[in-house]
Amino acid sequence: MSKTMTGARMVVQALIDQGVEVVFGYPGGAVLPIYDELFQQNQIKHVLVRHEQAAVHAAEGYARSTGKPGVALVTSGPGATNAVTGLTDALMDSIPIIVLTGQVPTFMIGSDAFQEADTVGITRPCTKHNWLVKDTEKLAATLHEAFHIALSGRPGPVLIDIPKDVQFATGTYTEARQVETHYNPQVKGDLAMITELAKAMETAKRPIFYTGGGVINSGPAASQLLRELVAATGFPITSTLMGLGAYPASGDNWLGMLGMHGLYEANMAMHDCDLMINIGARFDDRITGRIDAFSPRSKKAHIDIDASSINKVVHADFPILGDVAHVLEDLLNVWKARGRKTNTEGLAKWWGQIKEWRAVDCLKFTQQGKVIKPQYALQRLEALTKKHDRYICTEVGQHQMWAAQYLGFEDPNRWMTSGGLGTMGYGFPASIGVQMAHPDALVINVAGEASWLMNMQELGTAMQYRLPVKQFILNNERLGMVRQWQELLHGERYSSSWSESLPDFVKLAEAFGAKGILCSDPDTLDDAIMEMLTHKGPVLFDCLVEKHENCFPMIPSGKPHNEMLLGDASTKDAIQAGGAVLV
Amino acid sequence: MSPLKIKKGSTGHSAYDLRPSYSDTVERHTLAVLVENEPGVLARVIGLFAGRGYNIESLTVAEVDHQGHRSRITIVTTGTPQIIIQIKAQLGRIIDVHKVNDLTVEGPSVERELGLFKVAGKGEQRVEALRLADIFRANVVDSTLESFVFEITGTPEKIDAFADLMRPLGLQEVARTGVAALSRGAV
Repeated sequence: MSKTMTGARMVVQALIDQGVEVVFGYPGGAVLPIYDELFQQNQIKHVLVRHEQAAVHAAEGYARSTGKPGVALVTSGPGATNAVTGLTDALMDSIPIIVLTGQVPTFMIGSDAFQEADTVGITRPCTKHNWLVKDTEKLAATLHEAFHIALSGRPGPVLIDIPKDVQFATGTYTEARQVETHYNPQVKGDLAMITELAKAMETAKRPIFYTGGGVINSGPAASQLLRELVAATGFPITSTLMGLGAYPASGDNWLGMLGMHGLYEANMAMHDCDLMINIGARFDDRITGRIDAFSPRSKKAHIDIDASSINKVVHADFPILGDVAHVLEDLLNVWKARGRKTNTEGLAKWWGQIKEWRAVDCLKFTQQGKVIKPQYALQRLEALTKKHDRYICTEVGQHQMWAAQYLGFEDPNRWMTSGGLGTMGYGFPASIGVQMAHPDALVINVAGEASWLMNMQELGTAMQYRLPVKQFILNNERLGMVRQWQELLHGERYSSSWSESLPDFVKLAEAFGAKGILCSDPDTLDDAIMEMLTHKGPVLFDCLVEKHENCFPMIPSGKPHNEMLLGDASTKDAIQAGGAVLV
Repeated sequence: MSPLKIKKGSTGHSAYDLRPSYSDTVERHTLAVLVENEPGVLARVIGLFAGRGYNIESLTVAEVDHQGHRSRITIVTTGTPQIIIQIKAQLGRIIDVHKVNDLTVEGPSVERELGLFKVAGKGEQRVEALRLADIFRANVVDSTLESFVFEITGTPEKIDAFADLMRPLGLQEVARTGVAALSRGAV
């Protein structure tokens, strides 16, 4: 039985058929037919954001916290160009989102019509795939294929550009099951190579698991298998920023995050290991530091679903192309079938070494006096919220790194942060997307005041939809990370890194009808956080913190892992190399 | 607070290591890319090369299977072995790309290019041009009293050699198709 309907109706029907519950969007001339259809149904909720960039970040937040695709709907021209940052962000972090853009009618394309932009041209490099649909007959099939492509293989953003006349015209609706696709990426890894890796795991003296966002993207089964593998082998495990939560922070083998602002023990273990097992990470430059000095004595295994990630930056001795969950299942089975062997003697010595590194206590800080240290604020936030059903978003900068260091993540999909692109302004709209997906959960956006201002207009959205998102702003009146780099690398010349003319955040919150809380005293911090948690609606928490605090540990760019800079408070003379003179 | 001691010329001021990771020799590879004949597919391929800084020495594209809706893009590119592997992997990631074959490493192949050469001249020069064209088995496809257009087919090297010879004989314009290539023997 074939159904005939308008293109606009097809869009809504396809979204319903794909199980979409929420669309984040902003109307405009070229998407009015679709908005008209949304108005006449009750299955899909629409969240009206205040800027199209926020619609895409909200869709990302929704996707990251659920594992389901996020959907954004925006108009042609400026609507589409405003979506570009979010698309690029999703591409870099492999987040499955579907962005629908209106376009001027087909007969006007190319005429520089009002609100016309070459949307597919502009977004070609920042989507996994995109389409301009010129024929209503093909629209439904394209929509279904878009979901398939966004979710299969390495997930990513896709965009469908729909001219207004295609939305008005009628055509036959194609069901999802009728759509054929040639895009079916390989998910099973090569068993011979998996066996080679299992053999290497049996003899390794200093092994380490280095996991990334790919574990999260692979789904809950991947995290479960990873935990099983770590428990069974007893190997230490570290993770990238994107992979936090795949292995619980409270787990025995957890070394903490690695990388530029990663933990001392994690980076030292990466540098000194003899077998590195990369699971769903991509040897990003924030992780490797100087490539030619990166973990010089290790054999490296790399499990990734994207063939272009393998051997891109670092040579893989055990390249395994496949989906993390599928490969880990095979790896566990092969390793168990071969007798569950590890080099117990070597491992014991390795853990002994790791314990020494841990003793450095690289995250130690001293809270004294009447000024709140940002680390202290996060430590208290962690203590007071860790028992909650909690989701954390962040903006980008120092606060983001501190959040990664001082907050513990026990489960996947609980941590939404812009990793690859590093998009300031990501966190607030993302928290809106997360709260839409999890209405009863505690959703906190850890922010810096500068990042937060980049999408502050979304306070209107939070109020309109009664989304009780908690905006926890570590306010140092500085672009903290920029300031830190200027201090360390540019002769303390603080060029444009001071946030002058900041608003009164409490009054700003109140202007939108939200609650504002100001806290500047460490003694009242706990009470203030509790006040934030017990308030039913959105809260803007202005936490005034130490203005010149630097984020440590830090691997200065161009340095290897074992030349990390530690903060003042760290015990022990940990760094021998010349680079350690600092601070 | 003391500043970091960074040697002049080091990469310490950059967030990235700006030195090439591999110093291997640069190789020339011919890639055959079978793509869905969709609008924008060529832009995707070219955009990939431009965006990631890969070289294109020549590129040809045409529909090869009308019914199957397939086009074949032949790309001659250069890079270190790691870069070539990366190019192939990146091409393979494009949704509209069905298959990527590296003809340079997958066994013997034939490469051909077609060139059109406009040569103007009189007297002995004109005769010499015609004589050389004959040696190169180039065809005369247009002729006036003062000019010829030669059509020549062959490897890019042969066409380069012909161009070198025609230059002193009044070469005015050149049009080249870029390389088309197939592997030798049955598939």
